[in-house]
Amino acid sequence: MSTTTTPPTAAEPTTVIGKSADYLDQRTKVGVLAKQLVRKVFPDHWSFMLGEIALFSFVVLLISGVFLAMFFDPSMALVTHHGAPATMDGQLMSTAFSSTLNMSFEVRGGLLMRQIHHWSALIFVAGIVVHMMRVFFTGAFRKPRELNWLVGTLLLICSLLAGFSGYSLPDDVLSGNGLRITDGVIKSIPIIGSYLSWFVFGGEFPGEHIIPRLFTVHILLVPALILALIGVHLFLMVLNKHTQYPGGGRTDQNVVGYPAVPAFATKMGGNFFIIFGVLALMGGTMAINNVWNYGPYDPSPVSAGAQPDWYMLFLEGSLRLMPGQAEIVTWGDFTLSLNILVPAVIIPGLLFTFLFVYPFLEAKVTGDHREHHVLDRPRNVPTRTGLGVAFLTAFVILALAGSNDLIATHFALSINTITWVFRVLFFVGPVFAFWVTKRICLGLQRKDRELVLHGHETGRIVRFANGEYIEVHRPLDEQERWLRVNYEARRPLEIEPATDARGVKRKGYKKDKRWQKLSQFFYEDRVEPVTPAELAAAHAHGEHDELEPAHDTPELVSGSGNVEREH
Amino acid sequence: MKALAARRHHRFAPVVLLLLALLVTGGVYAALAPSPAQADTASTADIETGKKLFQANCATCHGPNAEGTTEAPSLVGVGAAAVDFQVSTGRMPMQMNGPQAEAKPRQMDEDQTAALAAYVASLGAGPAIPTDEQVDGSKGDPANGMALFRTNCAMCHNAVGAGGALSEGKFAPPLWDTSGRNVYQAMLTGPQSMPVFNDANITPDEKRDIIAFLDEQDQGSAGGLTLGSLGPVSEGLWAWIIGIGLIIGGAVWIGAKSS
Repeated sequence: MSTTTTPPTAAEPTTVIGKSADYLDQRTKVGVLAKQLVRKVFPDHWSFMLGEIALFSFVVLLISGVFLAMFFDPSMALVTHHGAPATMDGQLMSTAFSSTLNMSFEVRGGLLMRQIHHWSALIFVAGIVVHMMRVFFTGAFRKPRELNWLVGTLLLICSLLAGFSGYSLPDDVLSGNGLRITDGVIKSIPIIGSYLSWFVFGGEFPGEHIIPRLFTVHILLVPALILALIGVHLFLMVLNKHTQYPGGGRTDQNVVGYPAVPAFATKMGGNFFIIFGVLALMGGTMAINNVWNYGPYDPSPVSAGAQPDWYMLFLEGSLRLMPGQAEIVTWGDFTLSLNILVPAVIIPGLLFTFLFVYPFLEAKVTGDHREHHVLDRPRNVPTRTGLGVAFLTAFVILALAGSNDLIATHFALSINTITWVFRVLFFVGPVFAFWVTKRICLGLQRKDRELVLHGHETGRIVRFANGEYIEVHRPLDEQERWLRVNYEARRPLEIEPATDARGVKRKGYKKDKRWQKLSQFFYEDRVEPVTPAELAAAHAHGEHDELEPAHDTPELVSGSGNVEREH
Repeated sequence: MKALAARRHHRFAPVVLLLLALLVTGGVYAALAPSPAQADTASTADIETGKKLFQANCATCHGPNAEGTTEAPSLVGVGAAAVDFQVSTGRMPMQMNGPQAEAKPRQMDEDQTAALAAYVASLGAGPAIPTDEQVDGSKGDPANGMALFRTNCAMCHNAVGAGGALSEGKFAPPLWDTSGRNVYQAMLTGPQSMPVFNDANITPDEKRDIIAFLDEQDQGSAGGLTLGSLGPVSEGLWAWIIGIGLIIGGAVWIGAKSS
């Protein structure tokens, strides 16, 4: 009989869940961490859910991939296939291909899983691309998030690797053609090319090793890398805090949003189910990569319309556009296959270099060392927005060039003409897109100025006693004005003079000058935000009609403010 | 036998033997060689009708006696199969010049087509119109047809016959709506840019297997909508339009919900 029991205090849990949580907390202090996460504030905007497309498609990829791995046999040993489909019955093929057919026609739900897996792969990469577009155009890659941009770009490359290695596994004619192109690209690398090709394929193409090797890459190496990088990516996202769109009360010092639980977690959960649902719907109703249409791989046939998945299409297009005459035979009878090396190695290399380098390049030409947590509106950084659109234009033109045969048949055009048009467009298109985008951005900025200074047109015309007509303008409210004036129009770099006070040439002047030139390219054309003085002047200008146009304001500042310091 | 033996050294004996040998070889060849197919049911009346039709509709380009002009090839020896293919698919008579003669609603009915075929066949021996038995896909082996299609046809017509592009605006048409008879005739006669696949190249049975493979495509895909069977480009396009479209629509919807 014990009398020492103390009555339960109010803080002590009474429910089963409460008790087990308390048990766990007393031993791990998990509550402290959970409390922080639960109360973590996330800004709310639909475009912040684009990264989740990639994340949740990856979850679907992992789940469906585990299922597929149960039934796939990555062997290039030859077997005679028996069973469905009728067009493959009794044919000689690799075990990999045969097991893909059995997985599709004999395993319950196998074809559904294969199709969900493949659609998820396409959506995974597309999700990464739209997420990157959001990050790029809003300037979310600026300090302190440059490192996370690099991690993201690495994730993009890993996703391409994952897609490519998985696409080749069934050992069908179409993916075999893709491997053959890969083999050609490897062989085009000077000096080490042919050795590298033999190393990759374990002998002359196609050999008997590539499918098992790709299997290991696809189910072990790349997913592990992606998982690790996603971990780093999300950790840095939490550590750096999430960026927010500009608006009243949002600064680089705060985060305006909702706590993770319940608001943000609920939305995230809802988004997961929508994405899962869309992928399942696509897998269930739309056929994708029906490998029995292409048949088992054999190096001789290539069918019309042989293209890779969309994210590799730019590479295909780049190869299709390159004239074949660029192959050079040097002294000593060595062949330098520039016709493959340039489109398949150098051009993608340039595209990815742009992605890796851009955040650092922009920081350098801006002379910017501050932290940024409020996003840019794309119009307020016209050169960046223009460069982004130019990059996408180049990518889309290459992807279209990779589909030139389908464009020819579907629009009754000549494939030769299309190819020539794309050859020209590849160089002209991005420049034109840059110019148009930059002009549109500057125009939108001027429109913003106009709105801030003069207010909204109301359409109400008033006639005064003296016969004067005016249209009444309604001034912007605080929120609207904040959005339009609260940005910084960057100016080109100012550099030290060429010589010092005693007329001695300064070291590093030429380098500085080059950076300044680049900086001028970025920031020479700009539209300054409305200053409080300008606003006050505009308001004072016409008391009776609210705001009258201020004709004397130079809106587009060109070429000034970047003068070298005089000596 | 004595008389024969006495004359075997006659100076004409080698000549006689040679003639005999030639006669036998020729006779055996005539008996065993694949007979050049002829529209043997064609009557002279048919040929006459065909000739009139030809002169009214075809002679402008192919010449009054089908001997060909600078505009169009000679039709002597192309056979009834070529005429039946071109006329029954509406490719001939041509309506306008272009990269290639395109299929369109046929201008000649069955009888007129048959008469034209009989007339052209009468000009010189050529491949005949295949029998219904020869083009019946249900009697063929689709698996063998697939293998043959993959190595002989897919590089232009796409892996499952969805069609593909050729140079300078020419194209290999989709094959799903093409009748077995026309598929067979096309292989036999090689219209326009298409090469000829004669019976030594692809045997009549193998041609029927290819028709069987194409018939299989009518059943659609086990995986759902085929998206035109065009491969990864159309898949990528739909991934962006339907997949990303729906998902971003969902994100905007969730974003619009008040927290």
